[in-house]
Amino acid sequence: MEQFTGRVWVLGDDIDTDIIIPTEYLAMKTIDDMKQYAFSPLRPELAGQIQPGDIIVAGKNFGCGSSREQAPEVVKALGIRCVIAGSFARIFFRNAINNGLLLIEQPELSGDVTEGDTITVAVNQDVDYKGKKYPIAALPDNLVEIIEAGGLVKAMRRRNGLD
Amino acid sequence: MGQTMVEKILARNMGVSAVKPGDIVTVNVDRVMLDDIMIPFIVDKFHEMGFKKVWDPDKVVLIYDHLVPASQQDDTRHYRVGDAFVKECGLIHVHRSDGICHQLMTEAGYVKPGDVVLGTDSHTTTYGCVGAFSTGIGYTEMASILGTGTLWVKVPETIRVVIDGKLPGGVMSKDVILRLIGDLGADGATYRALEFAGSTVEEMSVSSRMTMANMAIEAGAKCAVFMPDEKTLKYCEESEKNYGGNGSQTFAMSLEQAERELRADEDAVYLRTITYRAEDFQPVMACPSQVDNICSVSQLEGTAIDQVFIGSCTNGRLEDLKAAASVLEGKKVAPFVKLIVTPASRKVYEDALDCGVLQTLIKAGAIITHPGCGLCCGRTGGILSDGERVVATNNRNFLGRMGTSKVEIYLASPMTAAACAVAGRIVPAGGLPHEV
Repeated sequence: MEQFTGRVWVLGDDIDTDIIIPTEYLAMKTIDDMKQYAFSPLRPELAGQIQPGDIIVAGKNFGCGSSREQAPEVVKALGIRCVIAGSFARIFFRNAINNGLLLIEQPELSGDVTEGDTITVAVNQDVDYKGKKYPIAALPDNLVEIIEAGGLVKAMRRRNGLD
Repeated sequence: MGQTMVEKILARNMGVSAVKPGDIVTVNVDRVMLDDIMIPFIVDKFHEMGFKKVWDPDKVVLIYDHLVPASQQDDTRHYRVGDAFVKECGLIHVHRSDGICHQLMTEAGYVKPGDVVLGTDSHTTTYGCVGAFSTGIGYTEMASILGTGTLWVKVPETIRVVIDGKLPGGVMSKDVILRLIGDLGADGATYRALEFAGSTVEEMSVSSRMTMANMAIEAGAKCAVFMPDEKTLKYCEESEKNYGGNGSQTFAMSLEQAERELRADEDAVYLRTITYRAEDFQPVMACPSQVDNICSVSQLEGTAIDQVFIGSCTNGRLEDLKAAASVLEGKKVAPFVKLIVTPASRKVYEDALDCGVLQTLIKAGAIITHPGCGLCCGRTGGILSDGERVVATNNRNFLGRMGTSKVEIYLASPMTAAACAVAGRIVPAGGLPHEV
């Protein structure tokens, strides 16, 4: 299974979709226009600091609030490799998978990890932080297919022989 | 290890012996509900995905409710897009002016005990009232279900809510679910299923259970289920005959089968169990602007109001209109208050007409509107302005839901709402003088 290493940004509990992308930016034409405002109510500088391949580690109930699909889309557009949180709000979870953003539930990591450190994720297996292994649940193949295809629309296009 | 009711429904759907919380499984969808707001987006995604046909037209129900009748110039475009899709894919079940989607899904017999049903609206949780697993999804996912007939679902942990005893007079199931949402908090059941049990819910009608399942989403729940009983099966059987027998092609379950296949095991594992004594409930309201901001009606007594709305998929059924009529019988709505009553469906409308409930409401001064989402989705029929206050029987009191962001919305039961309409201020249903 796939393995990758990335630098960590640490966020707290209940990161809602209004924090991830505030309502006032939702009507912008493209996700690329919006992404600079990601997390701005909480940490206005964060979007400018995130580099492709970085990983967000957060507490419980990540993505709570509205059903806006723009939320996972801006996180993905910033180049975040995956979000690891204690738990995810259900609509965000589905929207993220459907937009090709990898989410991993791991309840203990956010309490242990320090921002700026690196972690290594072995998908469907564990997260390695300073030699300690944090187990993660396996994603079923169909979800991995959606993520690897780049989202549900693309996965369905591939299924239907269009791409 | 024993299983909860939701675990049993999902395992049964997939033909496996058991599932456990946290498993991500692929279910075979029994029905889907598409609403008029989302239909253009669904159709776009469906085509973008490259699908040419719907997996099973009999399993698809398209309902125009938010936009009927049209209140803005562009609304009718949604009908045109929907109707073109109906033609393109040979859809059979379409309701163009029969009422609110969630009311119709159960009332027209589209949903049965043990079914797995998805809809493009967050209050799709409603169908747990007949013992179905049902929840809301986005339009992208709906498009993929239309093509494949399947959806991945993460098996939720279950919170069991046990309520025993007899509810005091003037307390409705709306008061029960509002109290529970207040106790759980707006995210207290996120990703979880709610399973209701106890003598109080066994006593409740299917309509009363519907109110509670409908509002489970306001605590973040994925779904909420009630064990089917004789009342449920009778309701489902009768529903098959409504609206020309639209839902009759689905499979009806016997009571014995429901007991065997759906009832939670004695040793089922719950995340937690919450118990209530029915006698402890009282009429409550969700105060502006969060559904978990619960106060007793008596705490709020005397607050002046401008409007009352009785309707929605939460509380727009015959039982609700009857409860309101019982309070309004022989009384008059306060002179400066608009009482807007919106039957949840065409059948509710007809039944309320036939049994005299509409006459009672009209004589009391109510404004009766066409069946549909109406004021609940804030597009028509009683939009309010800054500083105005409304008591409403629907499910959300968020900022801007019924007009400007400075409108104060208090959510309540139909009995409480009717009493407030007469008094022109917030009062408990039992607090009205005999002659007003």
